[in-house]
Amino acid sequence: MTQTKDAVCMTDISKAFGGVQALKKASFCARAGEVHALMGENGAGKSTLMKILAGAYAKDQGDIRIFGEPVQISSPRDSRELGISIIYQEFALAPHLSVAENIFIDHLGDGSGIMRWDKLYRQTADLLGSLGFGNIDPKAEVGTLSVAYQQVVEICKALSRNARILVFDEPTAVLASSEVRQLFDLIRMLRQQGTCIIYISHRLEEIFTICDRITVMKDGSNVGTVNTGDIDQHRLVQMMIGRELSEFFPPRNAEIGDVVLEVKNIRNGEKVKGVSFQVHSGEILGINGLVGAGRTETMRLIFGADIPQEGEIRYRGMPVKITGPRSAVRAGIGMLQEDRKGCGVLLDLPVRDNITISALHKVAGRGGWINRKEEERQIQELVESLRIKAGSIEDPVSTLSGGNQQKVSLAKWLYRDCGVLILDEPTRGVDVGAKVEIYKIMNELAEKGVAIIMISSEMPEIIGMSDRVLIMREGMVSGELKREELTETNMIHLAMGVK
Amino acid sequence: MNEKKGNLNLKEFFIRHNAVLILLLLIVVSSFLSDVFFTSRNIFNILRQNTPIFLVSMGMLFVILTGGIDLSVGSIVAVGGMMISVAVVHWNWSLPLMLAAAILFTLLVGFILGSVNGFLVSYIGVAPFVGTLGMMTIAKGIAYLITNGQPIRWPSDTFGTQFLQAFGSQTFLGIPWPVILGAVVFVVCLLVTKYTVFGRLVVATGSNQSAVTLAGINSRQYKFSVYAISGVCSALAGIVISCRSGTGTPSTGSGFELDAIAACVIGGASLNGGKGKVFSTLIGVLILALITNIMNLLSVPAYPQEIVKGVIILASVILQLVGTGKRQSIV
Repeated sequence: MTQTKDAVCMTDISKAFGGVQALKKASFCARAGEVHALMGENGAGKSTLMKILAGAYAKDQGDIRIFGEPVQISSPRDSRELGISIIYQEFALAPHLSVAENIFIDHLGDGSGIMRWDKLYRQTADLLGSLGFGNIDPKAEVGTLSVAYQQVVEICKALSRNARILVFDEPTAVLASSEVRQLFDLIRMLRQQGTCIIYISHRLEEIFTICDRITVMKDGSNVGTVNTGDIDQHRLVQMMIGRELSEFFPPRNAEIGDVVLEVKNIRNGEKVKGVSFQVHSGEILGINGLVGAGRTETMRLIFGADIPQEGEIRYRGMPVKITGPRSAVRAGIGMLQEDRKGCGVLLDLPVRDNITISALHKVAGRGGWINRKEEERQIQELVESLRIKAGSIEDPVSTLSGGNQQKVSLAKWLYRDCGVLILDEPTRGVDVGAKVEIYKIMNELAEKGVAIIMISSEMPEIIGMSDRVLIMREGMVSGELKREELTETNMIHLAMGVK
Repeated sequence: MNEKKGNLNLKEFFIRHNAVLILLLLIVVSSFLSDVFFTSRNIFNILRQNTPIFLVSMGMLFVILTGGIDLSVGSIVAVGGMMISVAVVHWNWSLPLMLAAAILFTLLVGFILGSVNGFLVSYIGVAPFVGTLGMMTIAKGIAYLITNGQPIRWPSDTFGTQFLQAFGSQTFLGIPWPVILGAVVFVVCLLVTKYTVFGRLVVATGSNQSAVTLAGINSRQYKFSVYAISGVCSALAGIVISCRSGTGTPSTGSGFELDAIAACVIGGASLNGGKGKVFSTLIGVLILALITNIMNLLSVPAYPQEIVKGVIILASVILQLVGTGKRQSIV
């Protein structure tokens, strides 16, 4: 219809990662001079779509038009030359360089290779002044600025490249409320100048304050695009959910017993603002909430990966002082890390070394001598019962598939015999078959009386596996749902703070 | 992998065992080039001369396994040589019991200097390169300060000096004593890396420290201890050198750090940590030793020797990179 008004028009975009279809014929158009929200649950495909626009990923299928022109975006450079810039949550700034150097980082100098500092600083001051941030010193080291100002520097960097299309990925997640107001003023100003602004956020109030239109995505496709004025919070949430429980969750026969772990009012900075809960033996407690709600941060406090500023942790009624992961593990708490490759497994080392590392004392005699035969026997047993597919236990973990790597990481904690096991996104990046096997392992553990805390962003998984679910929002528990109250609508309402 | 691809297996075999193959090649070449090479005298001479660098390399291997590096080893070798000399000559700790005390005292000094490295790296968070660079200079200063730069000559009329010098020059069943010491250290290191919790966790820490910490292990402790071990190994090397020469010289051990690192790297150890073998490091030491020996036998002057040594180090490392397919990626 009005093709010419669209600054960005992405049609029927598909993208698969391995066997996972991240985008299925997703379409998205945004106009010049509007703020367009892109919404959806975790994993709905928003970020993938934007990364394709930025040239970070290549699309498998589909077609992109920028201001009506069909384009091929095959690298970040292509994207930048088309006037597209993305402001990520994690800024891409060099903290030790000045504001001016950061803004003009990819076109410093005048082409002769010689720095013209006076000109650089003047241009920077002009740019900052035009946005109403003349108080930022172009010579200041970026690392010394507040987060809000760093964001302004990121925006200036985009504008200095003549960005016509600006994507903000959760821009307010790091800002205080007064800073949010300033950011919104800036966004409105850019809109007036005819910039196309794509705004990704989970925060409903913000979307209704700043955005003109909203596109909702679900499971890799777009559900629809609406004018902000034509919809309310409840109907928007309706659009975001409502999918079938297609996965298979094996039945569990566990008896829920006494309280094993009790957490009282732990807090740490802005991320965790007073969280209390209990878990019982044989229970699977689901933890849900949006990305950035403080789920992982809370669990890291219990595991001692970060140290809480305040709060009390009791294990089987006894207060425990957690001073690091070592003390948590000694008390009987294990935690499967979300970042499997970075923190979960030792990629270059054999399956053997990976599994027994958590409890080497079980195979070591006096003086720390390891009985390798006995070790082999115990590992073989675990490998078989978890159905870990590896050529031999001497194979490096890096040669295994994602699902088997995750099982090795889990085996490490099974080997330790923990009373409480925290699983952070236990099935992320594993195929469906391995998923079901991991669910079975969880069930077996619960049946043996282990208390399991499972952080998960996947709604079906949370609903299918949990006895009880805590929903977190902005560093606090915003609600608790029993098994019979578990619906996607209930959870999303609590997670997003719909009143 | 596949049995039908025979040539691929051969290539893999060659890449995996390149250090051993290079050593064999050098041995063959040497035996052709010189008649005296295969005499037991020459062989044992090579081994005896290289025992100190082997000891230092063992300590270095532990450090490298954690992903660190120890530049201070050469200076600690010098301190070790000076300390034992001060003890047996100046303080006259010469009777059997006191001699044992002198040796322990020297090793203790090495332990303390190494522990300072370990403390800086593991608990303060100083980069290993920088922390041990500082210690390299400090220890060198200590070695020179003791006698104002003068060597300490050992008299040959006390029990202590006679005993130590006999250790340095005599043989047992035809094998020089220092070589026997080296063999003992070799076996201990081999067992420690493969069969002890300590060895396992040192390698694990080097492979991925955060994963080890998050498995409930005090990984800092392991990072710390490897530097202490390296210090002790270096001090021991200093004692061995003094026993051989009958003096304590503050300039000994200079350049040892580079040879030790080279030996580990030629043996396939990764400077990123988590990968390295005791046996392969021994091979690395022998390769370096043979290169020097061949060229000495051929009377190649010292300066070209250095160039050849450098080329061999680079060649073996490049071969390993080609083998693992792990060439530097762009991002």
